[in-house]
Amino acid sequence: MIDFAALKRDRRAALAATAGLGVLLALAPFLIGAAAGATWLRILDFALLYIMLALGLNIVVGFAGLLDMGYIAFYGVGAYLYALLASPHFGLHWPVWAILPTGALVAGLFGVLLGAPTLRLRGDYLAIVTLGFGEIIRIFLNNLNAPINITNGPQGISGIDPIHFGSVSLAKPIDIFGFSLPSLHAYYYLFLLLALGIVFVTIRLENSRIGRAWVAIREDEIAAKACGINTRNIKLLAFAMGASFGGVAGGLFAGFQAFVSPESFSLMESVMVLCMVVLGGMGNIFGVILGGALLTILPEVFRHSAGPVQQAIFGKVLLDPEALRMLLFGLALIVVMLYRPAGLWPSTRRRQEFKGSAA
Amino acid sequence: MSGVGEILLEAKNIGKHFGGVRALRDVSLTIRRGEIYGLIGPNGAGKTTFFNCLTGLYTPNGGELMFDGKKLQASAPHKAAQRGIARTFQNIRLFGNMTAMENIMVGRHVRTRTGVIGAVLRDARTRAEEAAIRRRAEELLHYVDIADRADDLARNLSYGDQRRLEIARALATDPQLLALDEPAAGMNGTETEELRVLIEGIRNDGVTVLLIEHDVKLVMGLCDRVAVLDYGAKICEDVPAVVQHDPRVIEAYLGGAVA
Amino acid sequence: MDIFIQQVINGLVLGSIYALVALGYTMVYGIMGLINFAHGEVVMIGAMVALTVISMLSDSGLPGIVIALIGLGAALPVCMGTGFAIERIAYRPLRRAPKLAPLITAIGVSIVLQNLAMLIWGRNYHAFPPILPTSEHEIFGATITGLQIAIIVIAALMMAGLILLVQRTKLGRAMRATAENPPIAQLMGVDINRVISLTFVIGSALAAVAGLMVSANYSIAHYYMGFILGLKAFTAAVLGGIGNIAGAMLGGILLGLIESLGAGYIGDLTGGFLGSHYQDVFAFFVLICVLVFRPSGLVGEKVAERA
Repeated sequence: MIDFAALKRDRRAALAATAGLGVLLALAPFLIGAAAGATWLRILDFALLYIMLALGLNIVVGFAGLLDMGYIAFYGVGAYLYALLASPHFGLHWPVWAILPTGALVAGLFGVLLGAPTLRLRGDYLAIVTLGFGEIIRIFLNNLNAPINITNGPQGISGIDPIHFGSVSLAKPIDIFGFSLPSLHAYYYLFLLLALGIVFVTIRLENSRIGRAWVAIREDEIAAKACGINTRNIKLLAFAMGASFGGVAGGLFAGFQAFVSPESFSLMESVMVLCMVVLGGMGNIFGVILGGALLTILPEVFRHSAGPVQQAIFGKVLLDPEALRMLLFGLALIVVMLYRPAGLWPSTRRRQEFKGSAA
Repeated sequence: MSGVGEILLEAKNIGKHFGGVRALRDVSLTIRRGEIYGLIGPNGAGKTTFFNCLTGLYTPNGGELMFDGKKLQASAPHKAAQRGIARTFQNIRLFGNMTAMENIMVGRHVRTRTGVIGAVLRDARTRAEEAAIRRRAEELLHYVDIADRADDLARNLSYGDQRRLEIARALATDPQLLALDEPAAGMNGTETEELRVLIEGIRNDGVTVLLIEHDVKLVMGLCDRVAVLDYGAKICEDVPAVVQHDPRVIEAYLGGAVA
Repeated sequence: MDIFIQQVINGLVLGSIYALVALGYTMVYGIMGLINFAHGEVVMIGAMVALTVISMLSDSGLPGIVIALIGLGAALPVCMGTGFAIERIAYRPLRRAPKLAPLITAIGVSIVLQNLAMLIWGRNYHAFPPILPTSEHEIFGATITGLQIAIIVIAALMMAGLILLVQRTKLGRAMRATAENPPIAQLMGVDINRVISLTFVIGSALAAVAGLMVSANYSIAHYYMGFILGLKAFTAAVLGGIGNIAGAMLGGILLGLIESLGAGYIGDLTGGFLGSHYQDVFAFFVLICVLVFRPSGLVGEKVAERA
């Protein structure tokens, strides 16, 4: 594990580590594309989307301590907004630079709207209400095809414009000085850029008056109030920030897939993002990133090995690979939490917390 | 700030009941600027209830609170803090998983302004404000004499240091009135004496102090004036020497089940 | 009017099932402060095991009731064992861990059980064999089947039994003491590990009965049925005031009524704008309204914040 204290002391080592990481991130699509092919490159792109979601939910759950079980709804809001504003469904074709900020704004607004009635609720009551809200939004997406067709119901919306800047579309290989950049690579760089932006914003917020207020509310709401924190506004701000990250990720998802349907925004997805946050290391940005990447990639590893491995050992596929893959995934969740209850990469705070209780 | 001796807080006929239980009955009292005002009484007399009404945690069922010449709109603790009333809690309430330093920095929240945009852009104004928060927090750590524990998690501090940290966090809100809820509870003789010195110092630096305490010796030695609550009603208010010999007070303490 | 009565009857049947499942959530929550996310899957296991046994015996010539009881007899130990194992493996080691850790292991257990069931019973829906007599009775112009009457009566009996257990027995007293304050209960000589294990076992037994009821009532069982049922039952527990046994019963019955009446009347209420697809929206909407006005649920005691 990286020793951040040492890095802080040694600026040259820090620079070298950052540069190394930068080169690795820049080359990743080529390395993975060459080593594992387009399928895995696509999974890499999705991992970045999930990392954005996990970072957004981390603000609500990890920082402010509000257990949100319906977070995926904001992803859905962002995705459907993109789908409605840039597809033949309504005949609108807004440019992406206009849609993404709108998506962030609208999702943030939904965050406030859903957050407002839940402010007095604590812990598990909050969990069930946010879960209910998440389901309500999904049911509306599923049924708002009548009497007026807004969401096109369970069939979803297809033919969505790919993300494009002017005449340059990310859906086709892009020519840069005679070098052709494949579509999945281009999406990777766009997603990476936005994910880094979200990381930047999160780190800045964490180390600010706002971030301290969030953590204070998580630690002791009454004491936070006594310190003059307007807990209502600061909680709503957490909901809004978290939701707006989800809205951006949703917009990118819609443009990337060119298709959205209510299925992508089920409760199970909310649960998955929550697992990413907690399993990675709640409250620690790097832990959350690790959780997001791992929980996107792990099920895919199981998916691609569950069938072939059985074939190799038994000569035929004995067990349903889909069920087997999820079974292994569930076991992995249990085992990791049993051995690392504070997450894979907890914040230094949490580590000190354990030291403190052991002493 | 206006002169010492004028009225800072005036409570008029404050009443509070929970269901059928009347926790406070028409309690009226006046606290003057610059004094250390003691509020004592047997267990369950309504001291903490009064505190919670004053700091906005409870809404009184009747009566009126005037603070610094203006009516105190109860029912919102953060507004009380804004107006200049800071408090500590009977059973210490710190932000356990934040460092001592961070705890005090949270106390500066109410006197600072940085919002999301400022925090993300970290412009010159934000940087200056953040530096000022840090400076003030360091000052306060020294003030309550726990500077060497700055980077420790609040939950890992010793009991006495936690009490001190809570006071420092309350002072970080720049209060006019500091309300301490049984700060000496669980302290030994030496610690109590150190606390007495600290509270006196706070008053000498211009902050009015309202003190709820069980330790009668501490209250009598420290307070300028003392009010006694019994069964939710004020039975006496005067200088310690008089209160100590008031027959009603002796009756309340000795006649009650718990002293 | 007869449609109204019919929906009330359907609501009561559904509500009785929700209540039985909700009790499992609320008992565990009351004692450990933990959402046992995997409880819905225990109901599913109960349904699948009972249905498998019943299908095997359906041609045996035994009376339907006897077959159903044998099915239940098989489901009960399996569910109780599952509940016991869940607590041992996924929750007990994490009792002092950060609060969300057991929630994640619970989700893990839920995923494991669901997919284990898929490996054993496949992806298909399993039909419940028509072994039970299908008598129909008229009341107030609506019909109620013998099965529906049986569900309501059995659920009511089991709930009464549970209340007696909690209020009148030594185990019940130990459970209440543990819920109130585990360390103190332990000092008073309560073996809290045993109490917690038994709580899971009892909750799982109720789940087994509920599982059989659901599959008999809808004539179907499926590896995925536990998830949504668990969600609804948990909602019911929260609606009533989680941790409170009477609250879970009230919440369950209420949610059942809301759902079936909502499904019947939501179209009229919204001028035809929202159809019966929105029945779940209606249920969650009521839940949210209740919690906004009574943050601790309908029966949940008001916990005053102590300063």
